[in-house]
Amino acid sequence: MPESDALTLPAPFLRWFAEKGWRPRAHQVELLSRAEAGESTLLIAPTGAGKTLAGFLPSLVTLTRRGKIPPGSPFIGIHTLYISPLKALAVDIERNLMKPVAEMGLPVRIENRTGDTPQGKRQRQKLNPPDILLTTPEQLALLIADGEAERFFKDLRYVVLDELHSLVTSKRGHLLSLGLARLRRLAPELQTIGLSATVAEPMDLQRWLVAQTEERQYHAGLITVSGGAKPEISILRTDEQVPWAGHSARYAIVDIYAAIKDHGTTLLFVNTRSQAEMLFQELWKINDDNLPIALHHGSLDVAQRRKVEAAMSENRLRAVVATSTLDLGIDWGDVDLVVHVGAPKGASRLAQRIGRANHRMDEPSRAILVPANRFEVMECQAALDANYIGAQDTPPVGRGALDVLAQHVLGIACAKPFDAVELHREITSAAPYADLSWETFERIVDFVATGGYALRTYERYARIRKTKDGLWRVSNPMVAQQYRLNVGTIVESPMLNVRMVKRNARGSLGRGGMTLGKVEEYFLEMLSPGDTFLFSGKVVRFEGIRENECLVSQAFSFDPKVPTYAGGKFPLSTYLAAQVRKMLADPARRASLPDQVRDWLALQKDVSMLPRADELLIETFPRGSRHYMVIYAFEGRLAHQTLGMLLTRRLDRAGLKPLGFVATDYSLAVWALDDLSSAFRARRPSLAQLFDEDMLGDDLEVWLNESFLLKRTFRNCAVIAGLIDQRHPGKEKTGRQITVSADLIYDVLRAHEPDHILLEATRSDAATGLLDIGRLGSMLKRIKGHITHRRLDHISPLAIPVMLEIGKEVIHGEAHDFLLTEAADDLLNEAMGAGHDG
Amino acid sequence: MHRLVHAMSAPPANATFHARTTVNGVAAICDPLGGLYLTESGTLVVSDLHLEKGSAFARRGMMLPPYDTLATLRILEAVIARHDPRTVISLGDNFHDRKGSVAMPETFRQMIAAMARGRDWIWINGNHDPDGAWGLPGASMDELRHAGLVFRHEPSRIEAEGEIAGHLHPSATVRRRERSVRRACFATDGKRLLMPAFGVTTGGLDLRHRAMSGLFDHGKLVAHMLGRNRIYSVRYDNLIG
Repeated sequence: MPESDALTLPAPFLRWFAEKGWRPRAHQVELLSRAEAGESTLLIAPTGAGKTLAGFLPSLVTLTRRGKIPPGSPFIGIHTLYISPLKALAVDIERNLMKPVAEMGLPVRIENRTGDTPQGKRQRQKLNPPDILLTTPEQLALLIADGEAERFFKDLRYVVLDELHSLVTSKRGHLLSLGLARLRRLAPELQTIGLSATVAEPMDLQRWLVAQTEERQYHAGLITVSGGAKPEISILRTDEQVPWAGHSARYAIVDIYAAIKDHGTTLLFVNTRSQAEMLFQELWKINDDNLPIALHHGSLDVAQRRKVEAAMSENRLRAVVATSTLDLGIDWGDVDLVVHVGAPKGASRLAQRIGRANHRMDEPSRAILVPANRFEVMECQAALDANYIGAQDTPPVGRGALDVLAQHVLGIACAKPFDAVELHREITSAAPYADLSWETFERIVDFVATGGYALRTYERYARIRKTKDGLWRVSNPMVAQQYRLNVGTIVESPMLNVRMVKRNARGSLGRGGMTLGKVEEYFLEMLSPGDTFLFSGKVVRFEGIRENECLVSQAFSFDPKVPTYAGGKFPLSTYLAAQVRKMLADPARRASLPDQVRDWLALQKDVSMLPRADELLIETFPRGSRHYMVIYAFEGRLAHQTLGMLLTRRLDRAGLKPLGFVATDYSLAVWALDDLSSAFRARRPSLAQLFDEDMLGDDLEVWLNESFLLKRTFRNCAVIAGLIDQRHPGKEKTGRQITVSADLIYDVLRAHEPDHILLEATRSDAATGLLDIGRLGSMLKRIKGHITHRRLDHISPLAIPVMLEIGKEVIHGEAHDFLLTEAADDLLNEAMGAGHDG
Repeated sequence: MHRLVHAMSAPPANATFHARTTVNGVAAICDPLGGLYLTESGTLVVSDLHLEKGSAFARRGMMLPPYDTLATLRILEAVIARHDPRTVISLGDNFHDRKGSVAMPETFRQMIAAMARGRDWIWINGNHDPDGAWGLPGASMDELRHAGLVFRHEPSRIEAEGEIAGHLHPSATVRRRERSVRRACFATDGKRLLMPAFGVTTGGLDLRHRAMSGLFDHGKLVAHMLGRNRIYSVRYDNLIG
């Protein structure tokens, strides 16, 4: 052991390492010495590199040197705060950390605090804080809003932030950054330690970890541990025909099953819950050996999930089909194979998931990618190349959201009266809010107080008020109570319990079967009683909704409607999109693709063309009584959907009678009654006009205002900002009640105060979120002057995948009244016994 | 909020499509703005205005936009201008809570006073505002028999014939091509008629909900759904929910 280790580490640590026959790793020692020198640090390391111990080492060493606190000492607040994105992770870490601490006999008290922690224990933690508290961002927000916050955090030395890369990119990350800014104020000496997997821009995280000032940007130090053994990744080679379209990967089931049999424990990752359901079902259909194969996704009942997790850690399972609920760094028994079904959509996500196999750094992870369709073959190849090259495409941290800020401001007021100027300075020390203007901040304070309306009628009901001493304080204790019930940035889509019931002899539904989990209400709205769908690994029959439950019965159908869940689909990352475009353009890279895909592309080259990487290929062709335009933009489904909405508006204005569109991750198909080929040739309009960037101006504005996507985004903002309660003391609102009223509020607000700060927040959310306007904007810029139009007599090979989606995908638009007309017209003859149009 | 946009942009009256119906033999027009006009007696019925809902919430700490009262009154102005009724009946839950009619700003009082000028105005009391309307023109009462019909807030379990009631905020859902559309509606089986909620921030309750059971003869029940500028009439059997 080098001498420096002996100098830094107290005796119990050295003994412990020696007993285990281990030695502290270089990055663990490095992190410790930097921390002791007063530096905040970001540690980037692959899974299995001893990140957790590294993160806690500075705290454990300091606390060991401090020794036990004699009874009767004055109150001492917590020393170290550990924050993880998942409750389960906090619990898991407690277990993993307790072990070495106990073995070394360190005088350190470690406890966790999550939503599941009983009230009594929470109370005790406030009176008698542990040395190290393991918790989540939501719990931190609650602790900060507490009247005792100052006392509780005054001795805080370290904040350890785990899986930082996944924490910072969301609104949760924004809330956490504000919490951290507050902690720095309460404990100016505190240092941060960020633990992260490899990311594209480490500097973003380094800045995030420390306080910013108006004058300059500061950043934490960086320690990078390069990535262990290279993973062995392959794309599934199969003799089966890879499908043109779809996401099911059914064709590969037999091969996947064979791989499971060949390995000890396999983790199967998919992108959506519906894919998980489907894969699980298909595997069991051919599970002749009765291998223990389990299912794990966020909609399943918690008890069922815990069972799977327990079985997994005891190595009782041969395979688990999972969605992103298992993405993050929980330790899972001895996984020796990861199968990724469907394209990974992002190179970094793939690297993370593959890291799940084999938690020992020096042995290679094994992974198989299973593309579900032909485009995904290219995407998988691109991701695979990226994993070897080490390219990263994690999303950027993003600008701090205003709804989150509103929530935080109220929380701060709940803890203690605040001075607006000081609070503004504190907030701008958080990197995501570094450029928050005083004017915007004032509007947020005004919003928190009275809703921030131009019509100032709510002054007498203000939630916070500026008092004579110039400080803002909460008007009454009810405000704080309401705040506590609504804290957090995760707004659940309205969900209903799914309960299995039986029909009795008389054919009516029984009561009180078992709960299978939760399903989104939006999905149920598409179902009629009698429809079947896959849930919790079973095909069930939808019976109806009773109160807040979705009733289902056992179904004997083999062709279920598969549940579609809103949040489940990740759009293709810009990085992979660019790679796929390059692959199309590069004969050498095409040569590495499987035969089927290569032949398909060769055919495309003959019939139409393969676009260059910087070129936008547009094909037009007639089919049946319609005229189609297929746009190969490779910008992800969300951006394509937005593009589709805007293009149909423009085509409509040009009198070309567009009828609809459908978007995939790779391309977009629009169809119309009029001949698009000849219209474009006659330049009415020209394609350059059609794809002009000004599309993002008025057209977007008009469409946005009507869009249901914007209403959904508004609902989230309104809940987070505290305009609408997610929960109310005493009475739970159901999701539907929130949805309905949020929509109505949106309409009223838009009609009367279109510049309201919450509408502003909604629009900026939509731009990056569901609509991906930012990405569409950069695409329109990129393709300017690079549009190539091919007029064809019939469909091209490259167009087949998107054309097959037509009819499968439901297009969200504002055709509501049109549908009503149709329904009414269809049905009016029978209905009109009661009289009709006057 | 098609009604809101519609009423604010003041469309020509002749561009809209009403639905004609009869309740207990009395002829009526369902207006897509949400009002029921009884042609013979010149009576306009609206229900569940829920005025001052925003401020009722604000009082409890939820700062909903303070524009709902104005928006609802604008629509009311539009529907009154269209039919120029002799009598206006507001069928209860006129205000979102008891304090609403007292706390309502003066400008809105004046708007209502102007609308009521030259007409009879009846405030039926609802469960949200059982104490009647304060400081406004017109009479407050629990129930009214008028023009061969009976007007009350909550539908009666005993007497259905000729009843016009509100309270339940009926809405209906139709489904076409995997999509469903849900709208507030007038619901009638020819005997009784249930009014859609008129207030702009009022939600709806599906006609197939348990709370509606026993009120109608389903074989004759028709939902007159409120569309952008017309009524869509759909028979109960063709609804989903």
